[in-house]
Amino acid sequence: MRPVATTRSTAGLPTGLLAVWWVVASEIVIFGGLLSSYIMYRLSHDAWAGQAANTNTWIGAFNTLVLLTSSLFAVLGHQAAEKGDGKKAARFLYYTIGGAATFVTVKALEWNMEISHGFTITASTFWSFYYTAAGIHALHVIAGAIIMAIVARDAAKGLELHRVELIGIYWHFVDIVWIFLFPLLYIAK
Amino acid sequence: MSEEAHGTSNYIKIWAILVVLLVLSVLGPMLGIQAVTLITAFGIAVVKAYMVAKKFMHISEAPKFITYLMVTCLVFMLLFVAGSAPDVFKSEGDNWKKTASWQYMPPEADHGAENH
Repeated sequence: MRPVATTRSTAGLPTGLLAVWWVVASEIVIFGGLLSSYIMYRLSHDAWAGQAANTNTWIGAFNTLVLLTSSLFAVLGHQAAEKGDGKKAARFLYYTIGGAATFVTVKALEWNMEISHGFTITASTFWSFYYTAAGIHALHVIAGAIIMAIVARDAAKGLELHRVELIGIYWHFVDIVWIFLFPLLYIAK
Repeated sequence: MSEEAHGTSNYIKIWAILVVLLVLSVLGPMLGIQAVTLITAFGIAVVKAYMVAKKFMHISEAPKFITYLMVTCLVFMLLFVAGSAPDVFKSEGDNWKKTASWQYMPPEADHGAENH
C-alpha cells in the first residue's frame, strides 16, 4: 500500500508537499522569533559586540560554504529524481548527508574550542543565545540528515522518488536559517 | 519554468553566485565601515536567502497560497516581536523601571506556611 502523501492531493498539491511547506511555515516562526530576539538584545546591549568578537568568522564562513554546497547537491538530487533516475538522486542525497556530517563535525570542534576558553552556555546572555540558536539549527541539520538517509535508501531502489523534493525543500530552509545566523553570530562584531 | 532553469549548469551557476556573495559578506565588514558591514553582511544575507528560496526551493513554482502562508507566518512572528520590543528597548514604563542591577528575582519562600 502506498502512503497517503503519495496518492492524495490537497489544495492543488500532493499532501506530502503541502505538509513540508507547513513545516517550513512553522519553522519560520520558531527561528524568526529566536533571531529577532537576538537582534533586539544585540541592539540594546553594546557589550555583546565584545562577546561576539570571540566567534571565529572563518569557521562560520566555511560552514556556510558547506551548507550552500549541500543545497546544490540536494537540488541536483531533486533534478535526478524528476528524471526518474533514483540511483543518481540517492548519490546526490548521500553527498548532501556528507555536507551535514562535515557541518556538524566542524561545529563540534568549534564549540569544543570555545568551551575550553570558558565561553560556555552560562558564560553570558550572548553565549546563551549563541548556543541555543546554533544548537537548535544543528539539531535540524542532524534530523534532516537522518531523514535524507531514509529517503536516499528508498530512492536508490527507485521507490518514492517524490520524497527527494520534499526533503530538499526542508534542507534548503535549514540552509536559509544559517544564511541569517552567520552574519548575526560571526560578522556583526 | 523552462528546462534551462532546471538544468545542472544553471544550478551550478547559482551556487557560484552564492559563493561569491559569501566571500563579499566576509570581506565587506573587514573595511570597518558600519554602512558597508550592514549592506555586505545583512543585505547580502537577504539576497542569498531569496536566491535559495527561488532557485533551489522553487517557491515561485508552488501555488500562490504557499507564498502567502510563509508571509503570514513571518508577519505574525514580527507582530509578537513588536509586542515584546518595548520591554527590551525601553528602560521604564508606566509601572516598572529597569535599574542597573535589574534581574529576575524568584519570590521568597514562605517558610511560615509550612506550619499551617
